[in-house]
Amino acid sequence: MATLQDRFNINSQLEHLQAKYVGTGHADLNRFEWAVNIHRDSYASYIGHHPMVAYLAVAENESIGRVKYNLLQKMLLPCGLPPEKDETE
Amino acid sequence: MENDVDTEIARLQEERKRTEAAQAGVPLTGAATFDQDLYGGGDRYAGYEQSIGVAEEEDELDERERTLASKLQSYTAPKSVTQAVPDEEPGQEGGFQKPGRIVDREDDYRKRRLNRMISPTRNDPFAMGDKTPDARVRTYADIMKQQQLDRERDNTLQNIVDKQKAEEEQAADRDRPTKASGLPGPPPVPQAAAPQAGEKRRNRWDQSGGAGEAKKARVSEWEAPDSTPGSSKWDATPGRLDTDATPGRWDATPQAGSKWDATPGRIGDATPRKNRWDETPTPGRLDAGSTPGWAPGETPAVGATPSAKRGRSRWDETPAGAGPAATPAFGATPAFGATPSIGVTPMGGMGMETPTPSQLPKVPLTAEQYQAMRWEREIEERNRPLTDEELDAILPTEGYKILEPPPGYAPIRTPARKLMATPTPIGGTPMYQIPEEDRGQKFDVPEALEGLPEMKPEDHQYFGKLLKEVDDEELSAEEAKERKIMKMLLKVKNGTPPQRKSALRQLTDKARELGAGPLFNQILPLLMSPTLEDQERHLLVKVIDRILYKLDELVRPFVHKILVVIEPLLIDEDYYARVEGREIIANLSKAAGLATMIAAMRPDIDNIDEYVRNTTARAFSVVASALGIPALLPFLKAVCQSKKSWQARHTGIKIVQQIAILMGCAVLPHLKSLVDIIKHGLVDENQKVKTITSLTVAALAEASAPYGIESFDDVLEPLWKGIRMLRGKVLASFLKSIGFIIPLMDSMYANYYTREVMVILVREFQTPDEEMKKIVLKVVQQCVGTEGVEPDYIRAEILPEFFRNFWVRRMALDRRNYRQLVETTVELGNKVGCGEIVGRIVEDLKDESEPYRRMVMETIDKVVGNLGTADIDARLEELLIDGILYAFQEQVSDDANVMLNGFGTVVNSLKMRAKPYLPQICGTIKWRLNNKSAKIRQQAADLIARIAIVMKACDEEKLLGHLGVVLYEYLGEEYPEVLGSILGALKSIVNVIGMTKMTPPIKDLLPRLTPILKNRHEKVQENCIDLVGRIADRGAEFVPAREWMRICFELLEMLKAHKKGIRRATVNTFGYIAKAIGPQDVLVTLLNNLKVQERQNRVCTTVAIAIVAETCSPFTVLPALMNEYKVPELNVQNGVLKALSFLFEYIGEMGKDYVYAVSPLLEDALMDRDLVHRQTAASVVQHMSMGIAGLGCEDALTHLLNYVWPNIFETSPHVVNAVQGAIEGCRLALGPCIVLNYTLQGLFHPARKVREVYWKIYNTLYIGGQDALVAFYPRLEDDGINTYQRQELDVFV
Repeated sequence: MATLQDRFNINSQLEHLQAKYVGTGHADLNRFEWAVNIHRDSYASYIGHHPMVAYLAVAENESIGRVKYNLLQKMLLPCGLPPEKDETE
Repeated sequence: MENDVDTEIARLQEERKRTEAAQAGVPLTGAATFDQDLYGGGDRYAGYEQSIGVAEEEDELDERERTLASKLQSYTAPKSVTQAVPDEEPGQEGGFQKPGRIVDREDDYRKRRLNRMISPTRNDPFAMGDKTPDARVRTYADIMKQQQLDRERDNTLQNIVDKQKAEEEQAADRDRPTKASGLPGPPPVPQAAAPQAGEKRRNRWDQSGGAGEAKKARVSEWEAPDSTPGSSKWDATPGRLDTDATPGRWDATPQAGSKWDATPGRIGDATPRKNRWDETPTPGRLDAGSTPGWAPGETPAVGATPSAKRGRSRWDETPAGAGPAATPAFGATPAFGATPSIGVTPMGGMGMETPTPSQLPKVPLTAEQYQAMRWEREIEERNRPLTDEELDAILPTEGYKILEPPPGYAPIRTPARKLMATPTPIGGTPMYQIPEEDRGQKFDVPEALEGLPEMKPEDHQYFGKLLKEVDDEELSAEEAKERKIMKMLLKVKNGTPPQRKSALRQLTDKARELGAGPLFNQILPLLMSPTLEDQERHLLVKVIDRILYKLDELVRPFVHKILVVIEPLLIDEDYYARVEGREIIANLSKAAGLATMIAAMRPDIDNIDEYVRNTTARAFSVVASALGIPALLPFLKAVCQSKKSWQARHTGIKIVQQIAILMGCAVLPHLKSLVDIIKHGLVDENQKVKTITSLTVAALAEASAPYGIESFDDVLEPLWKGIRMLRGKVLASFLKSIGFIIPLMDSMYANYYTREVMVILVREFQTPDEEMKKIVLKVVQQCVGTEGVEPDYIRAEILPEFFRNFWVRRMALDRRNYRQLVETTVELGNKVGCGEIVGRIVEDLKDESEPYRRMVMETIDKVVGNLGTADIDARLEELLIDGILYAFQEQVSDDANVMLNGFGTVVNSLKMRAKPYLPQICGTIKWRLNNKSAKIRQQAADLIARIAIVMKACDEEKLLGHLGVVLYEYLGEEYPEVLGSILGALKSIVNVIGMTKMTPPIKDLLPRLTPILKNRHEKVQENCIDLVGRIADRGAEFVPAREWMRICFELLEMLKAHKKGIRRATVNTFGYIAKAIGPQDVLVTLLNNLKVQERQNRVCTTVAIAIVAETCSPFTVLPALMNEYKVPELNVQNGVLKALSFLFEYIGEMGKDYVYAVSPLLEDALMDRDLVHRQTAASVVQHMSMGIAGLGCEDALTHLLNYVWPNIFETSPHVVNAVQGAIEGCRLALGPCIVLNYTLQGLFHPARKVREVYWKIYNTLYIGGQDALVAFYPRLEDDGINTYQRQELDVFV
């Protein structure tokens, strides 16, 4: 993918940097994988912003701790099981 | 279990010894004549240190990268040996620098790696299960047994040598001549060898005659790649030297026996020689040493030799050399020339017959021969005698007369070479044989194969098989595999990068399929090759690294082989080689597992060879760091307590030391256990074990500092007992460890222990031993540095003795002593105060030895720099200045900065107190500015630069002004170095007294500087531009505008300077000048300069324009700049864009006022056909958007982003970067949402090329705005079993 040229310039570093983040994607990413990343990022973000959790807690009539716990649990399989792979792929 | 084996072995050993003694009939004790040649005279490492020096300097060098390790600073061989090292690659003097071969830069100790054997494959007990190992496979027990034997043999040899020595001493009184005594050697052999012939022969064989050649030969044999341990036995044989020196020793073989017998002191050498040849060949050898294309029996010469099957290549080389093509190389092969056994072998007569070429159709040259031959021809060509014609051409015709040579004169032109041309076969009468023509014979044409890289001559040994034409179908599976590996290795070794890469990948992918055995059997001998170069080794090591991963547990049988090859890397000079070696061993231990590693290395732990033990210890430390210290602890404990041999204990403790050095503070969790397993070594009966133990304690303490003192409780007592009782090296190492432990203690204990140890240290102050001196100094430094030590105590107890013993001239001569002494004294100064130290050494500033004065000055510099001059009284102050002036004036050496720095530091630290001395100092300076020597003038000017601030502080402005005038007068200086210093001095004067008070006045000074700007010397340029810039900044009004314009033109030239600092100063100066005289004129100059061709010049001009815009507000510059964009010239337009880019970078948020103004221009540029236009415009957008983020210009930026976006598919890396940057900038200014919406279009585009680009943008966007993006992700609909909706953001209260 990387050409000979940009192996030596900033792009290579960029790619290295990107590789360190789980949520980054690539050309072969499918819908499911991307959605899982989005969901996990979303939950992490909600948990990280306390007012957001508090708001959800009020809305769901749960304790803040419970809401956080639920969000954490959802991060496990946010979109359900992965779809069957196509043979063609 | 191990013990069982040990006892078992011991028992077997006993048995064997008994039976052997009975059979051989040679008593192992008592007075018997020893088979000297069988045992080879014993200690082959005589003259080498058996253990590493006590200071362990190489460890520090290794680990800290502190010093450039000089080759000759090695710790092993005595000087005499190192000096006599023969040049392995004689071609080097010829002016051809080959890429660095590893052997060439290795010292003798490191070369010992070549003596090691790649041991046969070993049994892998894990793979075997319960089965009994095949008898042919070497098991652990076999190896241990062999080690035992080796040790026994070594002991015996040692005894023999001792005995021999005793005998020799007796014989020394008799008439036996020795080289040392200067007596002539034994009379030349009376037979065929007439003295002269003998002389010639000798030259021929040894190639370079002359003194020390015997030694040379010896050493080269040492280094001969294939030398079996047995061969070097010859070297150490007492009395050998004489034989060597005997002319004609290579002579007529049949008589050789008698000749040797004639040498006194050699008894019964016929038998042993036979024995020697009968030595069992080692399989590993055979692989490594055999010459390609050589099959035993192919020539009668070899067929007749019973030893043809031996791995040693000396036989193999012979016939090749005897062929006509190879003739000159024959004599030149150093290995051959050095082989003592050729001439004396009884079979030599048969073997040495010159084989006709037809007999040897396809023997390619060996690498050494080829090299030697090439060199030979080269030298011959260069040094050929001048012909008469040439002489006539060179010498004038008149006034000279050609003399007749005296009668009887026959010119001898280097007989060595003469002889080389016509080989005299050894043995028989030299008879000419008409060589039969052989068209198939390859001369020295490098052979290349289809699809394979070129083969170097030295590769033939390994890759020769590839040259043979073979039919693929005829090959067996094994052979095919071998060829395949060989091809790939050759590609890796010599190929172009793409070839190498694909071969490496193939090797990696197919590693398991090819099998560990065939792979390693080829790679490892290659790595042992004496002609290996750094790059090649790196590549081969890389191959090993890659296949290790793949092979995993399959490597087990080869672990020891690999270690033999890789261990030397651990003590390589090159840092990266060491790292590489560590990496391989770490991977190896992960692949093979701890048990295998231990099994492989255990036998080497008490190897008789110190080199082996040393490298093994280092390898073990790497294993420990790879698998964790706790895993290795039980084993280490057992080894360190070994009762069997002190070598085992020594190595075990050394492993701990290496672990400490390698792992640093990571030893802390295991510190207690590590100390526990080595502590008994401090009371060991062996001195070497004691030494290494204390060094290990030192290393552990150093690694764990400042923690872990409690772990050392147990060793304190033996250490303190030790320093009272011990002397010499051991004491030094004990002191060293104490030096590292004391800083860990709390102040009370530190004080107590310091007092205890100080008694010993003070006693050792007087030691003549250099190593001890350094250690004592270091320990004093460490002790004094700890908290609890009182200044009074130091003053009373340490200082008098310290200064008496160490502050002597001799200490200044050795660089390491010098450094350590200065450091220690500074440390003492930190405790007792500046006055105390300075007072003691100030007198020495007037010492007559310059290095000593310099050392004093450096110490004063550091002490005063640390502590100031508050406690220096008036008297001392006077002495100090006096001394410094003296030292400054008397210096002659080149290393002038020490004096200058010291002077500067002291004067600056004295501040107001320096006032009385300033006139005197200035007088000196003025006088020295007038000196004939450029160096002195330069120093004087430099000194002005340093003390100008103090002079100002002392109200000596008048004096400063005076100096200014003096310097001004010296501006005509011709030495650029001096001129640069003078300009620097002027600059510092201008800086301190200001523009208005400056003498000479600025309006006179600046015109004088303008021509100097033309000077091309960097130092002059830099100082001049600094000074001009300073004046432009602060005193522009003193100079007419026209002068400034003139300077502007000069400055354009300076933009070409190589040094970045100069260019930076220049563009800054443009800014100052523009500020002073208004931007218009400067801008016109700069814009015109955009038309020049040079890129660097244009870039600097754009920077200058941007700076002018920044200093004079953008609105003064932008109209003209944008107008310039109309010029239909690529360079100018790009220059304008670039200037805009810098401009927006510099003005930051000021840019918000100009965004709308430049937008049309950027639109145009972003749509231009020219790639660079778009690239530069994109970077303008980047800088602009970053500057104005959050300032309400989103509409303009969105507009520009629309123009930037289509460029995302560009492929040129610079454009990619610029566009990426612009998008990032827009993300910042517009928020990630907008950019995400652009990106979503292409994330799942059907075309992969499109997706790739979009995902790259997405990824940078994601990294930049992970959290912010959460709110903007698209809504995804559920799909089958998967839920993709995110409800949380839909929640309402």
